[in-house]
Amino acid sequence: MLKTFRIGGIHPKENKFSAGKAIQPIAIPAQVIIPLTQHIGAPCQPVVKKGDKVKVGTLIGKTVGFVSANIHSSVSGTVLKIDKALDTSGYKRDSVFIQVEGDQWEEKIDCTPTLLKECTLSSKEIIDKISAAGIVGMGGATFPTHVKLIPPPGTKAETLIINAVECEPYLTSDHQLMMEKTEEILVGTTILMKAINVNKAVIGIENNKKDAIDKFTTAVKSYPGITVQPLKVQYPQGGEKQLIDAVVRRQVPSGALPISVGVVVQNVGTAFAVYEAVQKNKPLVERVVTITGKEIKNPCNVLSRVGIPLNNLIDFAGGLPETTGKIVCGGPMMGKAVASMEIPVTKGTSGILVIPTLESKRNNMKDCIRCTKCINVCPMGLSPTLLMNLTEYSEWDRAEKNRITDCIECGSCSYTCPSDRPLLDYIRLGKGKVMGIIRTRKN
Amino acid sequence: MSVLLSAVATLGAIGAGSAAILYFVGRKFHVEEDPRIEKVQEALPAANCGGCGFPGCASFANACVKAETLDDLYCPVGGQETMDRVAGILGKSAATAAKKIAVVRCSGSCDERPRLNLYDGVSNCAIAAALYGGDTGCSFGCLGLGDCEESCTFDAIHINPATMLPEVVEDKCTACGACVKACPKDIIELRKQGPKSRRIYVSCVNKDKGAVAKKACNVACIGCSKCQQVCPFEAITIENNLAFIIDDKCRLCRKCVPVCPTNSILELNFPPRKETAPAVKEEVTANA
Repeated sequence: MLKTFRIGGIHPKENKFSAGKAIQPIAIPAQVIIPLTQHIGAPCQPVVKKGDKVKVGTLIGKTVGFVSANIHSSVSGTVLKIDKALDTSGYKRDSVFIQVEGDQWEEKIDCTPTLLKECTLSSKEIIDKISAAGIVGMGGATFPTHVKLIPPPGTKAETLIINAVECEPYLTSDHQLMMEKTEEILVGTTILMKAINVNKAVIGIENNKKDAIDKFTTAVKSYPGITVQPLKVQYPQGGEKQLIDAVVRRQVPSGALPISVGVVVQNVGTAFAVYEAVQKNKPLVERVVTITGKEIKNPCNVLSRVGIPLNNLIDFAGGLPETTGKIVCGGPMMGKAVASMEIPVTKGTSGILVIPTLESKRNNMKDCIRCTKCINVCPMGLSPTLLMNLTEYSEWDRAEKNRITDCIECGSCSYTCPSDRPLLDYIRLGKGKVMGIIRTRKN
Repeated sequence: MSVLLSAVATLGAIGAGSAAILYFVGRKFHVEEDPRIEKVQEALPAANCGGCGFPGCASFANACVKAETLDDLYCPVGGQETMDRVAGILGKSAATAAKKIAVVRCSGSCDERPRLNLYDGVSNCAIAAALYGGDTGCSFGCLGLGDCEESCTFDAIHINPATMLPEVVEDKCTACGACVKACPKDIIELRKQGPKSRRIYVSCVNKDKGAVAKKACNVACIGCSKCQQVCPFEAITIENNLAFIIDDKCRLCRKCVPVCPTNSILELNFPPRKETAPAVKEEVTANA
């Protein structure tokens, strides 16, 4: 019996149309828009001004807070302006507009494909390099990686888990990256192990990626301390707390960080970005994006620079079908529909999913029939129906007592509800309110 | 028979005993309540809307009795009349406050502000605002999903289906502020009702640069500062590309209204301008 997490979970249809498609680079357009907020935390301060010449890898946004990640130029050219532009948040935020001229990289970056296995840097030097390269969690949550690697005082990491689950339906970007950059990912994992000073790492892969499991099982033999753990296909196994439960059978207490059970989780894409940053001095300026959808002509995996508009990517995959109802950034479960095709690819864009009108339309909400399906599938053991009602009636104290802030927003409850109730929509609103209340209480 | 008698006797004894305990407890733990609290509460509208900042009329009454002066206490629903009555009961003097009313600072109707995308989520402004800037190019304006309408206990604000904007019913609005709190975009503001209900205000909250704002909405404030220049009372401020008329300084001269190139300053309940007045000519040229 394969391992999986023990509470709740669902198994939506996988629809991995782009599986096995080689990663192709996307042509760089004449202009890119690079948002200065591509991570959870404080926005970056721009360090360039109109008219400045930049190269690929030039720092353009500097962190101001601790939970924040540097932003580098993904193209070479001239800064046109720093202005507000629509991004995946749905609001206009400060972004750097760059006119592209050629494709010149910063001198210190090693662009050759040679594999560099040796890393003689100390833990602190590695973390500093990761921080400087502006690496964030590539799974979509975009939490700055260096913050995760510095354990809070009094805690000690024992195990590193590499999240290669990719439990979202449709998405295949991590899968394809694993097939093409196996060795690089393993070197990246070794570097991360060194950074947090552990000698044990587990790569968790869901069983629907058998080729990746085979490839990694053979490859890890030359990397001491790393093992591969095949997992049963179950959503949301890619959630940090779910993955820890599945792999090491430990439950992270409510409100605590994974480090409290001695575990640090990093995405497989992050491990690759760490390899490139530490061994090749390459900041995070491009990522693998899956472009997919039932009506998309040519579902594929592409390597896109940050700042290229979604338009260009969809055109690359054969253009926008006429039947399109929604364009979603991310996967179908946790992704977010976007309001414009001009929105740029950011560090957290794992996929672009085009949903036909027939499937995208929401059904009308009906009354709750008390079937408790949402409670059974909730991977955090919450009562979604109760939390939705508490939010509707602004009962913030009770919502907090019922652990609304533990919600990981996986959407299993809304997915499973036979009455089409928008459970997650309300819970997300309530979670935001309660977190605001908790913050003001602390201050 | 004896069973019956003993039952009656036992119950009677329990009843008498409990009565004695209750009497004793009632005496011992009696709380002396100011009789004026009840009187004040009777004078209040009993709407329990929370507009005064207290959880209900009872706690507002309590606060009125305990407070040394009534300067900081005001019942927006009952207005000056009620506060005078409360002051009479308590033998204090009520501060005079101008009657206020809710105004909706967005005129971006369906005609003026084209819809660029379709919102297919929960019909709730707070949820929509957390997701994105809205279905128009203006991310500051009204979403039209009716959180204000739902929050109003006086049936005084309704979404007009033709414009998809909320409209305030003047006779019913009590300025309790529930809609102000409910609006996630901070569009609704409480302003002085004004003499004969005459009011002038900037009906826009868009902080984008002029060109961006105008592109998204025909009646957006573009921060051109023409109104500020023409105002004789320094009642207009411009911050973040947005004009704002300060209630206390505005003397309702109406000079700012015709100079606005986007008609984003609204005047309510004024008599029509005279044909010969020069302002009309300007307005015509502005509209032409």
